[in-house]
Amino acid sequence: MPKDKSLKKVMLIGSGPIVIGQAAEFDYAGTQACRVLKDNGIEIILVNSNPATIMTDKNIADKIYIEPLTLTTVKRIIKKEKPDGILSGLGGQTGLTLSMQLAKSGFLSENNVRLLGSLPDTIDKAEDRQLFKDTMIEIGQPVIPSRSVNDVEAALEAARVIGYPVVVRPAFTLGGAGGGFANSEAELKIIAGNGLAASPITQVLIEKSIAGWKEIEFEVMRDRVGNKISVCSLENFDPVGVHTGDSIVVAPCLTLADKELQMLRTASLEIVDALGVEGGCNVQLALNPHSFEYAVIEVNPRVSRSSALASKATGYPIAKVATLVAIGYTLDEILNQVTGNTYASFEPALDYVVVKLPKWPFDKFVYADNKLGTQMKATGEVMAMADNFEEALLKAVRGAELGLADLNHPKIEKWADSAVRDALYAVPTDDRLFIVYEALKRGITLEEIHSATKIDRWFLNALVRILNAEKDGASKAKRKLVYKMVDTCAAEFASDTAYFYSIQNGTENEVLPFIKASKKKKVVVLGSGPIRIGQGIEFDYASVHCVWTLRKLGYDAVVINNNPETLSTDFDTADRLYFEPLHIDDVMSVIEVEKPVGVMVAFGGGTAIKLAKQLSERGVKIIGTSADSIDICEDRDRFDKLLEELNIQRPPGTGVWNLDEALVAANQLGYPVLMRPSYVLGGQNMIIAFSDDDIKEYMEIILSQKLAGPVLIDKYLRGREIEVDAICDGEDVLIPGIMEQVEATGVHSGDSISVYPTINVGEILQKELLELTRKIAKALDVRGLINIQYLLHKGDIFVIEVNPRASRTVPYISKVTGIDMVDLAVKTSLGQTFKKMGIKTGIAPVPDFVTVKVPKFSFEKLAGVDTLLGPEMKSTGEVLGIGRNLREALYKGLVAAGYKMKKEGGVLITVSAADKEKIVPVARKFARAGFKLYATAGTAKFLRANGLETQQVDKIIDNPTSNTETLIESGEIAYVVSTSEKGRDPSRDDVKVRRRAVSQGVSYVTSIDTANALIESILSGYTEETFELVELNTIS
Amino acid sequence: MKKGFLVLQNGTVFEGKAFGADKEVVGEIVFTTAMAGYLETLTDPSYYGQIVLQTFPLIGNYGVIEQDFESDRVWPRGYIVKYPCFAPSNFRSEYDLDTLLKKHGVTGLADIDTRALAKIIRQEGAMNGKIMFKKPTAKDRKEIAEYKVLDAVANVSKKDISRIEQPLEQKQEIAQDLLDAMRVKSADGTAAEVAKTEVKTDKDLRIALLDTGSKRAIEMEMIKRGAEVKRFAYNASADEILAYNPTGILLSNGPGDPAEKANAPIIETIKKLVKSNITIFGICLGHQFLAMANGLKSRKLKFGHRSANQPVKDLKSGKVYITSQNHGYEVISKGKSWLVNVNDGTCEGLDFGNSFSVQFHPEACGGPLDTTFLFDKFVDRIKASQKTKSTNGGVR
Repeated sequence: MPKDKSLKKVMLIGSGPIVIGQAAEFDYAGTQACRVLKDNGIEIILVNSNPATIMTDKNIADKIYIEPLTLTTVKRIIKKEKPDGILSGLGGQTGLTLSMQLAKSGFLSENNVRLLGSLPDTIDKAEDRQLFKDTMIEIGQPVIPSRSVNDVEAALEAARVIGYPVVVRPAFTLGGAGGGFANSEAELKIIAGNGLAASPITQVLIEKSIAGWKEIEFEVMRDRVGNKISVCSLENFDPVGVHTGDSIVVAPCLTLADKELQMLRTASLEIVDALGVEGGCNVQLALNPHSFEYAVIEVNPRVSRSSALASKATGYPIAKVATLVAIGYTLDEILNQVTGNTYASFEPALDYVVVKLPKWPFDKFVYADNKLGTQMKATGEVMAMADNFEEALLKAVRGAELGLADLNHPKIEKWADSAVRDALYAVPTDDRLFIVYEALKRGITLEEIHSATKIDRWFLNALVRILNAEKDGASKAKRKLVYKMVDTCAAEFASDTAYFYSIQNGTENEVLPFIKASKKKKVVVLGSGPIRIGQGIEFDYASVHCVWTLRKLGYDAVVINNNPETLSTDFDTADRLYFEPLHIDDVMSVIEVEKPVGVMVAFGGGTAIKLAKQLSERGVKIIGTSADSIDICEDRDRFDKLLEELNIQRPPGTGVWNLDEALVAANQLGYPVLMRPSYVLGGQNMIIAFSDDDIKEYMEIILSQKLAGPVLIDKYLRGREIEVDAICDGEDVLIPGIMEQVEATGVHSGDSISVYPTINVGEILQKELLELTRKIAKALDVRGLINIQYLLHKGDIFVIEVNPRASRTVPYISKVTGIDMVDLAVKTSLGQTFKKMGIKTGIAPVPDFVTVKVPKFSFEKLAGVDTLLGPEMKSTGEVLGIGRNLREALYKGLVAAGYKMKKEGGVLITVSAADKEKIVPVARKFARAGFKLYATAGTAKFLRANGLETQQVDKIIDNPTSNTETLIESGEIAYVVSTSEKGRDPSRDDVKVRRRAVSQGVSYVTSIDTANALIESILSGYTEETFELVELNTIS
Repeated sequence: MKKGFLVLQNGTVFEGKAFGADKEVVGEIVFTTAMAGYLETLTDPSYYGQIVLQTFPLIGNYGVIEQDFESDRVWPRGYIVKYPCFAPSNFRSEYDLDTLLKKHGVTGLADIDTRALAKIIRQEGAMNGKIMFKKPTAKDRKEIAEYKVLDAVANVSKKDISRIEQPLEQKQEIAQDLLDAMRVKSADGTAAEVAKTEVKTDKDLRIALLDTGSKRAIEMEMIKRGAEVKRFAYNASADEILAYNPTGILLSNGPGDPAEKANAPIIETIKKLVKSNITIFGICLGHQFLAMANGLKSRKLKFGHRSANQPVKDLKSGKVYITSQNHGYEVISKGKSWLVNVNDGTCEGLDFGNSFSVQFHPEACGGPLDTTFLFDKFVDRIKASQKTKSTNGGVR
């Protein structure tokens, strides 16, 4: 039956800011959904707090609300927009949970809104652990013995019955946050306690551990009449025990006989039938490697990270099909767009192997606990395809930007044999793959590795083949690559989808006819690789927009990228897609076959920009700003020289290569100093050093990685940070937006609350900034985007950093100003000028609204990481608050970022000596608002001396029973304000306080400026019921 | 591995590495896109006379498990796999793919651009080829051009079935083992009890299986449902079959062109069986034979359907099932189809009331188990017709 004619207006709730467990895949899914709705003539109301998404673009949705994803706000938007239906399954866990709350409270039916996709009953059966178990038992599907409990005592009792080891799984949390393994009562007490706190309904499942079983997943699709198919089977390289988001995953299953495979496929289909799923669903199963015994682990009755992976792995567009199913189509009515002549009611056949490798943030968070377990820790992932597992795995490793070209890990190569062996038996970490490979190299037998790790012998044999090939030197004698097509059907049907991957062992190059058939000029666009801290979805936004403009201008846009979660790797975004690592060899191979007029490196973040020099050296034309100019911005000496010539100030500093040079430099400059390696993004390994000890500690960490350039040391100047995004055509400069940061310098701009338009930048200063920007852009001969960070210090303007490329703020500034920055950047980089285009340059006029970008962190997933903000970026995502004034915008931004915005309770203040003066006026505002002040001794004394009534609290080391931690646990604290000069080390008292706030879900701030912004917005009197809802089309 | 070549009828030569048996073979090249189930494929008699190409590059990963065989030998003449695995891993694995092919005298070819080959077959249609160890001569090319799969059914069907037929108890034991293995006691102990099925004998189900190259799973599906199954050779007469007094007749899968002259007597036999009004269920070649016995015709498909992902739509219910398929010919149904292929609209099933048939493999093995319910449908029809007969007082 065709689509439901009564649906004219549909609401889609996005997944909000990027956090661990919920990344760019939902922008990809949501955007696909919007396109489907649009094609069906349906008006789209989009709600998402994340401004860096493509789904919030004006050409994707009709009405766009970049508003907090809270129940109250969404209800208000529904009342205002009166949609006919709401899509529940495409906005990740966030969108699903909100939709369910709306449905179950009766709000949807009261307002005549239909829930499209799976019904609440289905979702409950899938998500409520006990209901799920009951349903499985009812249909004869085996489950793991478990009990749902609501307190620690019941958890201990359950474990006594089930037997240790047990797994703790909190209900209704993202990426299994707050869960873990417990081997004893003592361990369970802690883990169950954390899990209960993490669960919004204070419920955890205590479950028998089946560690060592194979973990298998099926991505299935079911329509309302009960047609169901399995899109893809996936097998985890790591056995059960490591979260699938942290596992290396292959598709299809490689070690299962057909009997096992069909048994599990049938189970998956029976399960979605029993649950009544309508749309996409992920089913996770565990299979005993020694029998047909299996158990259903869990299901996700929605489009998920795995479904994005399965979509890219097979070419089957799960989100599109799920949307069509939600609006009434059956699978046999939906055309397979890849082949163009088959239907969605079939199962893709692969003639290649897919490997997914997670991308973890442990290179940035050196103190973070890097053990892998039931709680996902990866921020992103790469996918690789080849005609065999070994090649796909090596591609994935090359593409993960670990600084590795193969499985030989320099750090692990240095380990003693005993350390390598011990690591095999220990809890797996992010290094597991490399440790296993090193173990093989050291002659530890395959059998021992298998028995220690339970990794299937088939995978280990594949690693042996890689090792043997390496010994033979086969990797050196590389064969010429040919490109094969992803067609969903293993060549059974003709297909003209330009989606390719390379193989070494082939005779037919399938891309050649595509290249020959096009008379257009070709441009290669480099994507941004895996999502990681510092390089998020913003760069996929920029890459996709770049492609769109190129296509509009009549070029063939060719994308190279390896991130399966993104829209840039959708088969119909570019003219041709190469799913390949962003490694120079792989990129050059594509360039050799495509022969493009040039390469776009400015939109794919640091990943793409890093390749500029190597490409240029190989004679490849870089479109836009030259590789040499890019190099000037990264090379300390050249950059200094340029600024000197331009007579522009920058904080004094120098570049060093080793510890001795660093110490000399730091002492010459005078502490504190700012340190960072060259070519960084997101302030990777960037710190403020206050002493020689700091320098020693940090140099060791920085030098453990291969340096592409010197380590830079600057004098740290505390001041106000201003960020400018500009576009230059070589002559004129357009500044779409000047942003001002709430926090003083020292906090990375990606972690700062950023305000646009600026509040404290007057007309004269703006003119100066324009002049400086013009000077720098022209000196660098910038064609396209340039991002400059300025520092205002005692009336002087300093330049901190210049990035001649798309920045993190491009999507949000584009959205609120209505200036399509990427479009203009692409045009100018290809030689167009503002004059010719008739575009007025200078500083663009500002809207009547104030917008505030607020960072979002994933600290609850990363045990051991200090939440103190500094020059190294820590946030994973961002939200936007749009208001009539700064306070309203701040209020909305903070709500959207998850601040609870309580209007009463206690505020715990513990600040560093340098911050004591500055905290007084802020504390006074809290007191005036009726908050009770608590502080540690030093701070308390200072506050009292300034006439503020303050309750003194002991530090953790001073009083084990009544201290800052127990105070936070008591629930009396609404906010924690904690600053310190030095953080990082998880054993420090102030770090513990901040971590406790995270685990207890208490809102916290780590800078005085943020604290001030927080209390200001609380004092503003805005509430979720009263702030203005802003539809994006009305402001620009 | 030594050098091996694949020489196609259209002149194309692929150079790879040979494995398996040490002999050159000529055959009709067909490709299957199934990603697993290679043991079932290799032991499926329907592949008689053919060289099978696996489009999935990694084959042999879980080794050889004789329990999963669909017959007692490997049928294709040649087997083309990009990367055969000789170090398999599975708890049931007994030995590797190379050993299996050597044991059964089947030549393997590895390390060629299998996707390029599959595309040639797709574009130009199924064609002959020869796996060789040296460059082809004119004589080889002539051999390739002239090769034909003939007398396929006679070559795969057992003429001495009565001698090798296992007793019912033994078959039931195998069926029970299969059932038990797939649903062992779960860790929870609860689900298994629900799922536990006992194989028992059902007197109503007396099945004559006309074996034109039957896969073992077809028989097993009936045994699981309590049937007694007696197999008959392809050249058994209608009288012989009817003398067994069956309550249902199964027409099995099998190789070759249904319209081949040699098959005419089989179709004649089926015509007589149809007249007997006993419930008949035809599968694959059996479906084609049943159609032809009912006056319909068949024709060759360009390159056939060989995969585990073919969508089939039930035109009555509107439901779609994913099926396992292996056939090179289709029935021209003239709008009489009950089931059709969603991709190309070809006939996937016919229903003549008392007799019905499907083009795909409801017994799966390998492939999806979505349509095993058709065996229940067969049982239901048998039971219904038994009821009618007993109320009419007429028993054959």
